[in-house]
Amino acid sequence: MTAFFQSLGMNYEWAWFVATVAGILLIALPLMLAVAMVIYADRKIWASMALRRGPNVVGPFGLLQSFADGLKVFLQETIVPSAANKGLFLIAPIITFTVALMAWAVIPFNAGAVLADINVGLLYILAISSLGVYGVVVAGWASNSKYPFFSAMRAAAQMISYEVSIGFVLICVVLWAGTFNLNAIIEAQRGHGLGLVNGFAFNLLLFPMWVLFLISSMAETARAPFDLTEAESELVAGYQTEYSSMSFALFWLGEYANVLLMCALNAILFFGGWLPPLELEILYWIPGWIWFFIKIFLFFFIFSWVRATVPRFRYDQLMRLGWKVFLPLSLLWVVLVSGYLMATGHFV
Amino acid sequence: MIQLLAFYLFAAIVIASGALTILARNPVHSVLWLILAFFNAAGLMVIIGAEFIAMLLVIVYVGAVAVLFLFVVMMLDIDFAELRAGFVKNFPLGIAVAVVLLAELVLGIGAYRAGALELGTPDGTAAPIVGESNIENIGALLYTEYLFLFEAAGLILLVAMVGAIVLTHRGNRAPRAHQNIGRQIARRPEEATVNTRPEVGQGVQL
Repeated sequence: MTAFFQSLGMNYEWAWFVATVAGILLIALPLMLAVAMVIYADRKIWASMALRRGPNVVGPFGLLQSFADGLKVFLQETIVPSAANKGLFLIAPIITFTVALMAWAVIPFNAGAVLADINVGLLYILAISSLGVYGVVVAGWASNSKYPFFSAMRAAAQMISYEVSIGFVLICVVLWAGTFNLNAIIEAQRGHGLGLVNGFAFNLLLFPMWVLFLISSMAETARAPFDLTEAESELVAGYQTEYSSMSFALFWLGEYANVLLMCALNAILFFGGWLPPLELEILYWIPGWIWFFIKIFLFFFIFSWVRATVPRFRYDQLMRLGWKVFLPLSLLWVVLVSGYLMATGHFV
Repeated sequence: MIQLLAFYLFAAIVIASGALTILARNPVHSVLWLILAFFNAAGLMVIIGAEFIAMLLVIVYVGAVAVLFLFVVMMLDIDFAELRAGFVKNFPLGIAVAVVLLAELVLGIGAYRAGALELGTPDGTAAPIVGESNIENIGALLYTEYLFLFEAAGLILLVAMVGAIVLTHRGNRAPRAHQNIGRQIARRPEEATVNTRPEVGQGVQL
């Protein structure tokens, strides 16, 4: 895109600047639209599983429900509790929302269609997703109220626990792909299964890691069955208890943007991202970004499905799963995968 | 031009948030300013082309260490009057530490300027090898030349971890309700319910 703006007569730095801003808008605005539609989809999926109709009043099939909710929330008054730490209370939702958007900078939507094609892309995502906890922790502390504070402590412990095993899962993928660049990781999956199937998940050694990653990504985004940070039966609404109007909506948007990011990561790391599922000439007629969106939505459906059907974990069960099951298993798998790759001469 | 602007932006924020870390009255605010300083320091590292170190700084310090730090500070109930009373008493010690740090800084910069350290020249010409990624360079160096130091550092951390576990481990406490997940999963409906006809007054054995 930089080249296009240069052809309009700008010098390189200006062209780069304008192209980057345009790229950010090109990602962020459709992402917000996608979040609105995905919230609608989420509600429809739960409704179907509970034999209800779900939103069906606003617009055709209730499609505009999310926008109506957004407008309602936008017009409400922002209430800041008098005991709250005002500055931090208002910054917390902004942190959550901004961090949720930042990670999308390195996600490749098609061959070469990525805002920042950096060679530490995966580490960048890990770094940004570890920042996400600050929004929750600061919100919980600044609210100066019991339940948000409990929720903040739970969130901090939960996200740190699951990040460890996510890190080891990512190392397995990186060892196999030999790079941290997301585009190159996708390219490494071309024809991975018998020269026909694109995706690391169809590798017997990496398949268990995908299962770990899927479960860990639900825990990392605090989706049900791991939504202990906002367990309504114990903590009212968790860290969001004192929030209203737009400050609440920012948490909500950030949460769903994070869920979509985790779905995208599942698609990129284990299912070949923008590659078609099978390495056939005819499937390349469909553009890469459509394949990518189909995969994201597939994983989002799995997330919704789990949320609609699985009961919430207890807190000690959550910690046990993270530290006593996932951590040893993923550590063993790092040794196993690197041993296999050494034995078969993958690194030569 | 953009790089220069970015450098001054990051550097100014690092210095300002560093100063505010020690000036803030509320310890939670202090930790948050410290986190902002870490984050912008990572930005500075990206500018000099050390993106791997920058990402590690964010993952390790901002993502893990500072969260635990914040965790502890949030739960503390700090008495500010008491803290300020200790200021006069600890002032000479603080000054001594500051002088040592300043001397180290001056010596370090002096050695660097004189070219005694193999870090590249002050104008940054011998910076990273072009065309090779940061991670590969660090990995190649760490696992060949500095292998012993790297493994030794790992061992020291392991010992520290074992020490922390030993200190907090309380051994066999009084029996408590403990969930045996394997047993729960292995349970089947057939064995969960039993039909019996107990003698009157005998009761059943569970």
